[in-house]
Amino acid sequence: MTDLSVARTAQQSAFDVDAIRRDFPILSQQVNGKPLVYLDNGASAQKPVAVLNAMDRYYREMHSNVHRGAHTLGDRATAAFEGARETVRDFLNAGSTREIIWTRGTTEAINLVANGLAPRLKAGDEILVSHMEHHANIVPWQMIAERTGAKVVPIQVTPEGELDLDSFNSLLNERTRILAITHVSNVLGTVNPVAPLIEQAKARGVLTLLDGAQAVPHYRPDVQALGCDFYVFSSHKLFGPTGIGVLYGKAQLLEEMPPYQGGGEMIERVSFDRTTWNTLPYKFEAGTPAIAEAVGLGAAIEYLGRLNRPAMEAAEAALLARANELVATVPGMEVIGTAKHKVPVMSFKIAGLHPSDIGTLLDQQGIAIRTGHHCAMPLMDFYGVPGTARASFAFYNTLDEVDQLFTALQKVQRLFA
Amino acid sequence: MTASEQTFLDNPLGKDTTLEDVLDGFEFLDDWEERYAFIIDLGKQLPSFPDDARIEENYVHGCQSQVWLIHHYDEDSGKLFLLIDSDAMIVRGLAAIILVALNGKTPRDLLATDIDELFEKLDLFRHISPTRGNGLRAMVGKIRDTAARVAAA
Repeated sequence: MTDLSVARTAQQSAFDVDAIRRDFPILSQQVNGKPLVYLDNGASAQKPVAVLNAMDRYYREMHSNVHRGAHTLGDRATAAFEGARETVRDFLNAGSTREIIWTRGTTEAINLVANGLAPRLKAGDEILVSHMEHHANIVPWQMIAERTGAKVVPIQVTPEGELDLDSFNSLLNERTRILAITHVSNVLGTVNPVAPLIEQAKARGVLTLLDGAQAVPHYRPDVQALGCDFYVFSSHKLFGPTGIGVLYGKAQLLEEMPPYQGGGEMIERVSFDRTTWNTLPYKFEAGTPAIAEAVGLGAAIEYLGRLNRPAMEAAEAALLARANELVATVPGMEVIGTAKHKVPVMSFKIAGLHPSDIGTLLDQQGIAIRTGHHCAMPLMDFYGVPGTARASFAFYNTLDEVDQLFTALQKVQRLFA
Repeated sequence: MTASEQTFLDNPLGKDTTLEDVLDGFEFLDDWEERYAFIIDLGKQLPSFPDDARIEENYVHGCQSQVWLIHHYDEDSGKLFLLIDSDAMIVRGLAAIILVALNGKTPRDLLATDIDELFEKLDLFRHISPTRGNGLRAMVGKIRDTAARVAAA
């Protein structure tokens, strides 16, 4: 057996991971008789006590419908809800809370934008995505392409899992109307060089959307510096509750876009002759919103704000470095996605094993990873695999957990040998 | 390659390897490693599956891995013979357990077999995720549908 007790190359001293783990009660439990090692953060991250408490307190002390204004509880709920919107605005460095729309998640946010931009599209127009997109950033565009006669065109990916910039340069042309790409790949962990791509797109008057679902758990994006027209993400991957996400959009574009869903809250005045829309952001928020979830997301972002971010990024980089170092200890293991710039995500295969075999036997050892196509079938086709096994780390994971993953993988490999 | 009648009839699962063998084998395995090693070994008994039968019609939907199922009804004996294939080894093992219980029976006997009871006896579901449980049920469902169709013909 290969020795895993080699000297650790990175220390997490600036970042007290043991203290941080105490903020996440779900992590200190046993699964299948073993201490839980949660490495499926890319699918959904765990929630700190601060989030649980904020939602609990919201329901115990201030729940009511928002924006109705007739009583004290309604005012409290509205203040908490709109306070969370301001927290998100600050997190993204957006210019105004009018540009922060609550959605159910990344998927709904992209559908909203696709529908809102559909009236601008005509036959022959092109929507540029990439070969590494999650289905959520492919299918909504295909649906409006079908409606309008536009075409969805994928930017190629290199074998290392980076965007092929030559492919981008050759595909960005006078027919391109929209560039919709992921900031960070959910399968590969690749951090895409989005800023220069956005700049080139803007120079041609192309609208830009960034899927930030996998980026925000690791980085704080600055939408003004990035210059994108839209930025979308989900709360539940950012240590917040499920059921809520965010669409950032430039106010002028949001003003020009038609509403997505009709109903209460999104209107200014309704009559059978003529109905007019509410102002931003409410025009896109039909119905009673996910209030407690918004409050929970606000609490998650505030929690992250209290962490030492440079130390957190260094700790995450150390986790990935450690994992990379140990790949050689598992015979037949091959990493898929070896981009230079990555978040701590490792997709892999092991010769002769199906990803689901790997996932099942890791679960027996208390280790949670994701297996399958990761909602990125075009990328699976590109690599010629039915799926991958993916370990995705968060700042609360430890170097010891990385070691446990590889010890467990060695066991899996031996069991099938 | 097309599956010859003989491939079906030679399948050891349910013939040479019996339900008793599996139950006896499982009885003395208490840690997960031994249980899975046993399941993986059973999977190695699946006869080779014809390439040209890996088509949509034979595909079992609802599994995380790819699973195919074909059958041969032997008119003389009135028995239904099954072949299953998967690209995942644990699924192959679980398919082997299903075949041990259901292969080479008359459609009527097959439909009368309580496979859930067997899974419970083997304590399989406690060790198998709901996602994989769904895959198992999908396999059994397709086998039972086949048996019902043959019985009705």
